[in-house]
Amino acid sequence: MEALLKIENLSKTFTLHHLDKHIKASQNISIDLKPGEFIGITGRSGSGKSTILKCIYRTYLTAVGDIWYDSEKFGRLNLATATERQMIYLRKYEIGYVSQFLNVMPRTTARQIVEESVLQMGKTLAEAQKEAIKLLTHFNLDPELWDSYPQKFSGGEQLRLNIARAMAKRPRLLLLDEPTASLDAASKLKVRELIEDLKSTGTTMLGIFHDIEFMEGLCDRQFNMEAGNLR
Amino acid sequence: MFEQPVLKVEGLRKQFGDGCGHCNSLSVDALEKNYCTTCGTVYACQDLNFEVYKGEILGVVGESGSGKSTMMQCLYFDKEPTSGAVYIDSYKEGRANLFEESSQQKRYIKDMVLGKVYQNPIYGLRMNISAVGNIAEKLISSGVREVEPMKARAKELLEAVNIPTFRMGEAPKNFSGGMQQRVQIAKALSNNPPVLLLDEVTTGLDLSVQANVLDLIKEIQRDFGVSIIVVSHDLGVIRMLADRTIVMLNGKIIESGLTDQILEDPQHEYTQQLVNALL
Repeated sequence: MEALLKIENLSKTFTLHHLDKHIKASQNISIDLKPGEFIGITGRSGSGKSTILKCIYRTYLTAVGDIWYDSEKFGRLNLATATERQMIYLRKYEIGYVSQFLNVMPRTTARQIVEESVLQMGKTLAEAQKEAIKLLTHFNLDPELWDSYPQKFSGGEQLRLNIARAMAKRPRLLLLDEPTASLDAASKLKVRELIEDLKSTGTTMLGIFHDIEFMEGLCDRQFNMEAGNLR
Repeated sequence: MFEQPVLKVEGLRKQFGDGCGHCNSLSVDALEKNYCTTCGTVYACQDLNFEVYKGEILGVVGESGSGKSTMMQCLYFDKEPTSGAVYIDSYKEGRANLFEESSQQKRYIKDMVLGKVYQNPIYGLRMNISAVGNIAEKLISSGVREVEPMKARAKELLEAVNIPTFRMGEAPKNFSGGMQQRVQIAKALSNNPPVLLLDEVTTGLDLSVQANVLDLIKEIQRDFGVSIIVVSHDLGVIRMLADRTIVMLNGKIIESGLTDQILEDPQHEYTQQLVNALL
């Protein structure tokens, strides 16, 4: 089966001008991700796990290497060199990114956040409202919270909202950036259920996690990052 | 290319002064500052190139004096550029350089194609006529002649920017800074321009008012599908609003990218300083 995502010799170095320093983050990373597959990457803080996801999502610029993505719109596309407008399109319609942090406009309710995501797909307001209710219910966000601002939500609640927002776009590829970090055991269990649920819908996922136990039996393949290298 | 730009800027330059033998011989890259130390000529904008696409917000950041506002003034014909071109796809199918159009055509473009909101509302509003009158004035210049549709449109726009009905007949000089900015935005939107230029529109407003204006800009983008250029020296504003961002220093674009990339992985030394100052 053709890979949905193929990373070839990805390296990322940060140049800090004021310190006159170059910091190597990820080095010579190569991974293939097939449609419907879930790959998990573990590793210590600072090992370069997030860097991989951020290079795919183009929050970071790739220094060396290629990130080939099989786009529905553009065909085979190197995300390392795609135009900014192509990346905006992909973020809108094809690639989702979920982290433990919810980065949204202030003074926007949980319901509006998910609706906005649906509206961006070109749906009508009525459709967006209906879809938002469906998603918030599906991902178990307490209806009492739907019309509240999420800045005061617990980590688990923010994560559920974050996933509902990302899934509103029905992404072909979902990037999970340490969604369980700083969550308690009960919340982690909920996240595990969410991921199992996403897997059952055939969503292709690349996730990074802090703890190995969490990933046991969940991922199709598992890697460990050490000092910027994948083992 | 999978989409065409709504607005395209090519090689925009604006200098104040005639230059001298020394600075005229230098290339854009060779002139490190935006002025000539020999003759004092200021090179406010140097070879600016960028595009804006439908429904997107393009952020422009940079310190005071970096040329952001001069660029906006050139785009709205408030200042005449030294050289360069700007094209808008909805005007003459994007084939005419707007800078080369006649004064009459430039007036038409301002009335029908562009909207601008100034940092200081005194430049964008007539302070002594009512908020409704301000909108009506813009509608008249864009060809509307019948009073009732004009009133209805003005009311609709002022409601959209949350001006209470009972205050619509008042002159903006009686309004708070935030309200004046909202009336300016309504006025700029009255002719349904495909491109809106926002120059430091939240500067000087207190935080809660600033938040309302930011919400309003996002709503406009979503509801009207307008392409917006937002100039700000406040990275927080840009983070909230912009899909893509260009960074200016000494009249040049030194870096551009997706806004989250500019904020999380800035490449240029100056952008790193700017981002470090924010965080």
